[in-house]
Amino acid sequence: MASISREEVAHLARLARLAVTDAELDVFAGQLDIIIGSVARVGEVAADDIPPTSHALPVTNVLRPDELRPSLARDEVLAAAPAAEDGRFRVPRILDDPE
Amino acid sequence: MTELTTMDAAALAVEIAAGRVSAVEVALAHLDRIAAVDDKVHAFLHIDHDGALAAARAVDERRATGEELGPLAGVPLAMKDVVVTRGLPSTSGSQILRGWIPPYDATVTRRVLDAGIVMLGKTNMDEFAMGSSTENSAYGPSHNPWDLDRIPGGSSGGSSAAVSAYEAPLGIGTDTGGSIRQPAAVTGLVGHKPTYGGVSRYGLIAFSSSLDQAGPLSRTVLDAALLHEVIGGHDPADSTSIDAPVPAVVAAARDGARADLSGLRIGVVQELSGDGYESGVLDRFSDAVRLLTELGATITEVSCPHFGYALPAYYLIAPSECSSNLARFDAVRYGLRVGDDGVRGLEEVMSLTREAGFGAEVKRRIILGTYALSSGYYDAYYGQAQKVRTLISRDFAAGFKTCDVLVSPTTPTVAFPLGARVDDPMAMYAADLCTLPASLAGTPAISVPCGLSEGLPVGLQVMAPALADDRCYRVAAAVEAAVAGRDGQPILAAAPSL
Repeated sequence: MASISREEVAHLARLARLAVTDAELDVFAGQLDIIIGSVARVGEVAADDIPPTSHALPVTNVLRPDELRPSLARDEVLAAAPAAEDGRFRVPRILDDPE
Repeated sequence: MTELTTMDAAALAVEIAAGRVSAVEVALAHLDRIAAVDDKVHAFLHIDHDGALAAARAVDERRATGEELGPLAGVPLAMKDVVVTRGLPSTSGSQILRGWIPPYDATVTRRVLDAGIVMLGKTNMDEFAMGSSTENSAYGPSHNPWDLDRIPGGSSGGSSAAVSAYEAPLGIGTDTGGSIRQPAAVTGLVGHKPTYGGVSRYGLIAFSSSLDQAGPLSRTVLDAALLHEVIGGHDPADSTSIDAPVPAVVAAARDGARADLSGLRIGVVQELSGDGYESGVLDRFSDAVRLLTELGATITEVSCPHFGYALPAYYLIAPSECSSNLARFDAVRYGLRVGDDGVRGLEEVMSLTREAGFGAEVKRRIILGTYALSSGYYDAYYGQAQKVRTLISRDFAAGFKTCDVLVSPTTPTVAFPLGARVDDPMAMYAADLCTLPASLAGTPAISVPCGLSEGLPVGLQVMAPALADDRCYRVAAAVEAAVAGRDGQPILAAAPSL
């Protein structure tokens, strides 16, 4: 294993919402093939009975009382948004035109 | 260069507290220094001239009223741009956040400001902290003050460049796989990665959440310890923050400066040497080990057989977490939006925005992470990497049964020339060979200058068990004192003047 095709890279880029160009695909496919070939070395380690570590130190869920607290000022937050309207984020078109 | 910019942070704070110099004078001296050299060094992405002077004035006023000041009040600091700062740009080195003004402060920012530390501005970095040279910054690379044609390390290379160029005595960095320690090593500074959870991640623009950790960069071990105690400690806003007192790192640094390590057991990690390591680096490392013996420590060789798998494990775990974390850049709530013409739909606008806003390394890692997390590959890659992480932690645990600390070179090579590795990701990744194990294990590690190779600084890495950050500082301070005694001056004094 550990080889990746240009088509697979294009598919992954689509999944990750990256509109990569053809030129980028040419470069990335070669580089990722080398990187994946190298990182696949983790498979050499016999680790069947080894539990995975997700965090280095034990973490437990942290809860706080469910009380109202002040939030960020709406106007300040919206001022940092790419587009806002009527006190809300304005999103790009999310529905297709009706048939 | 005036005397104020060459003084270390601890000494500056004493002068300010005693009223022999004002915080405003200190801030102005550093702002002048930035104006004089930052064209060459490019450490800063944003300089907050007015904010720095206002903060300095506030310190002077508090002092005038007789208020007792904190141990770093009035001392200037360079803040890495990955740490959000209310009212100040915070780009994380990326085009996608160009112009974004955060509406809140990171906990690290809050604690720095509350301590009366004067933030001079925001420093350059590899985009989203992904890189080892600052060459992945969307705003151009920073330059190593030792040789302007070489890298200052990364990703915290703007902070390392600023502190080693005497633009600030203190810097904040973040370390995911070595991004504090490697820049410190290649610029002749002290840099510490605290135990994971020792410093709050609230307000750090996330790269790899199970690894990211903020920490200090400085010209002396004591300065790093003083800053560590300011930024460290429990924060309810970060659920992975450790709810325990900050290790007594300042006391440890002062104790280490007595240069007596009698009875301390030090392990040399066999796996962190050999192929890929420059002979000059290995020579300086051997010198440092000899110094440690002279300081009274007992040296043994320790084998950590899984450290050789830290690099592949890291380059599965970190890209996987980044592919998830960077999904937040969706062109809706903040940052760039491209192609929103009323005709294009959300998905297309998102894809065009991310394509325009992210640089090549970030895209590579997002794609790699998306691959490693795909069903069918998950067990072989991400799952297996997490098991390797367990084995690396066990190697550390075995080493710490017989040793108080473990040591290695911080980097396999001295600072390499700008441009040398930009087209070869695997060569760039190799810069973090020695720093990755402590990142994956969440254990603390410090880099302290131990000598020169080819006229460039070499760092010694000291690794300790989780929560025993104080041991890193104690040993580093002893090495710092012994090296200064041996050479007649600190390592950084050998740097050419700009």
